[in-house]
Amino acid sequence: MNIFVCVKRVPDTSEAIVKVDDSGKGVDNSKFSFDINEADNYAVEEAMLLKEAKGGNVQVVCAGTQDADVMIRMALAKGGDSAIRIDDPRINVIDPLQVAKVLAAAIKGKEFDLVLTGCMANDDGNMAVGVALAEELGVPHAAMVKKVEAGEGTVKVHRELEGGVSEVVEMDLPAVITIQTGINEPRYAPIRGIRQAQKKELSVLKLDDLGVAPEDVGEDTSLIALENFYIPEVESKAEIIEGEPEEKAVILAEKMVKGGLL
Amino acid sequence: MGNVYVLAEHRQGELREVTLEMLTKAAAVAGQTGGEVVAVLLGSGVDSYAEKLGGFSDRVLYVDDPLFADYNSEKYQKALAALIQEYKPELMMIGHTTQGVDLAPALAVELKLPFIPDVIDINVEDGKLKPVRQYYQGKVNANFAFKGEPPYLITFREASLEVGEPAKSGGVEKIDSPLKEDIAYRRFIEYVEAEVGDVDITQSEILVAVGRGVKEDKNMPLIEELAAVMKADICGSRAAIDAGWLGHDRQVGTSGKTVKPKLYIAIGISGAFQHLAGMKGAKTIVAINKDPDAPIFTEADFGIVDDLFKVIPKLTEKLKELKG
Repeated sequence: MNIFVCVKRVPDTSEAIVKVDDSGKGVDNSKFSFDINEADNYAVEEAMLLKEAKGGNVQVVCAGTQDADVMIRMALAKGGDSAIRIDDPRINVIDPLQVAKVLAAAIKGKEFDLVLTGCMANDDGNMAVGVALAEELGVPHAAMVKKVEAGEGTVKVHRELEGGVSEVVEMDLPAVITIQTGINEPRYAPIRGIRQAQKKELSVLKLDDLGVAPEDVGEDTSLIALENFYIPEVESKAEIIEGEPEEKAVILAEKMVKGGLL
Repeated sequence: MGNVYVLAEHRQGELREVTLEMLTKAAAVAGQTGGEVVAVLLGSGVDSYAEKLGGFSDRVLYVDDPLFADYNSEKYQKALAALIQEYKPELMMIGHTTQGVDLAPALAVELKLPFIPDVIDINVEDGKLKPVRQYYQGKVNANFAFKGEPPYLITFREASLEVGEPAKSGGVEKIDSPLKEDIAYRRFIEYVEAEVGDVDITQSEILVAVGRGVKEDKNMPLIEELAAVMKADICGSRAAIDAGWLGHDRQVGTSGKTVKPKLYIAIGISGAFQHLAGMKGAKTIVAINKDPDAPIFTEADFGIVDDLFKVIPKLTEKLKELKG
């Protein structure tokens, strides 16, 4: 079973203060730590599990700058066979359909059974690239998948729906699956794997190498435009309890007990 | 011109709430563009939904066909592609739901539509639609514009607004199915219901909820001790369930349970919109998180901005004292 797994490098903003930069269309990311997108990490693990069960190879695909190489090498260390990084500043990363076009160009024409992506990137939250990629490749897809059972020429997946219900869907291969977090337990890369990963092939390509006309995936031809970022006004009615940590705890305890909340 | 179309979403005998939310927003937008609100319903024997949609729409286009008995994005895509080309809406709205995200991006590619996902609001400026969306899990908003010609396509985030009263009386038009045959390459098999656990958190009066900030499984006893003194049940955000600290039956949010306890204490939960949607009906919400910008504080009644590992032990101790 030959698998492509698409990964993205994203900032961890879960506890960070986010400020809009001077362009008004980006954020100051100088203080963020970056790593593989959470759902993509689960997609990498799922690719490894499928490879271990069914044989074949796993190729990692990423649109990003050289900064992404550490993350890509980690995926190779876990058992990926080779990687392609498309490094081209002309790609309009704001538009998920254009990003999908770029990834499709890297995969099209190659033999594959499955393409796995994370179902959502934690930075832009689009939840769109994987499904758009399937359409570009002309293959079926299923989004937000929490279980994958590969058969012969088919794949059965459980899509996670609202309210904890799953929808079981079967598709003909090849297909694209977008992976939901929690589907597996992502492994740590073994030391031996990390050493081996340094020797594995990581091709860095430009749009021209993929035969993609830069204007087709650039801002000028995008059908959507980001006008500006702004920090939303937080409409909080919360009474914020002040003091030293232990004082805050005491005040909260008293509020809960005396306020009849407990 | 200016017509706003909304794809009705339904599953397992239920018209999903996001449909009415979208129709409510669509009415506000169409009010400014001078267009009509049109609901599109693909289903099998769901006349009652069509009727209900009429209360929120100027027209209801209803395809009644056994091929649409269960959702299948590939079938929906074929049908919607044909309908969009025939009716040429200004804007087509699809829910940013597990159905919508499985459908809209592929539809956009097929028809080369200007497409913006996960829209939380739509402004109209000089007759032009300006969708608003979020980045960095709610920390930054972005104003977007469409380029090129309509039809425009968006997915609209669920639980972004309150549903209005039914104020329209659109007629239901049954139309021929644009889908002439079944799709072979993707097959719906079945629904699998959620696991049932030992505790039904939808019935809990007091909930202690944990998230990513709790960091490791070995920190859970700290939470369990607090829950014990509060006589609370423990639940969590997706991060806590993905990490294996709690079972799936304890997940609060759109992909888990919707809870309405008297008291909800969110510990180390930043408050992704999927989580907020599942707990904002709680009567009193307390949030403890070290990030002052965490969206959880928008729903909280009481907040502590601090390191939970310093706050929780003292909180447990003090509660023991007060209740002992």
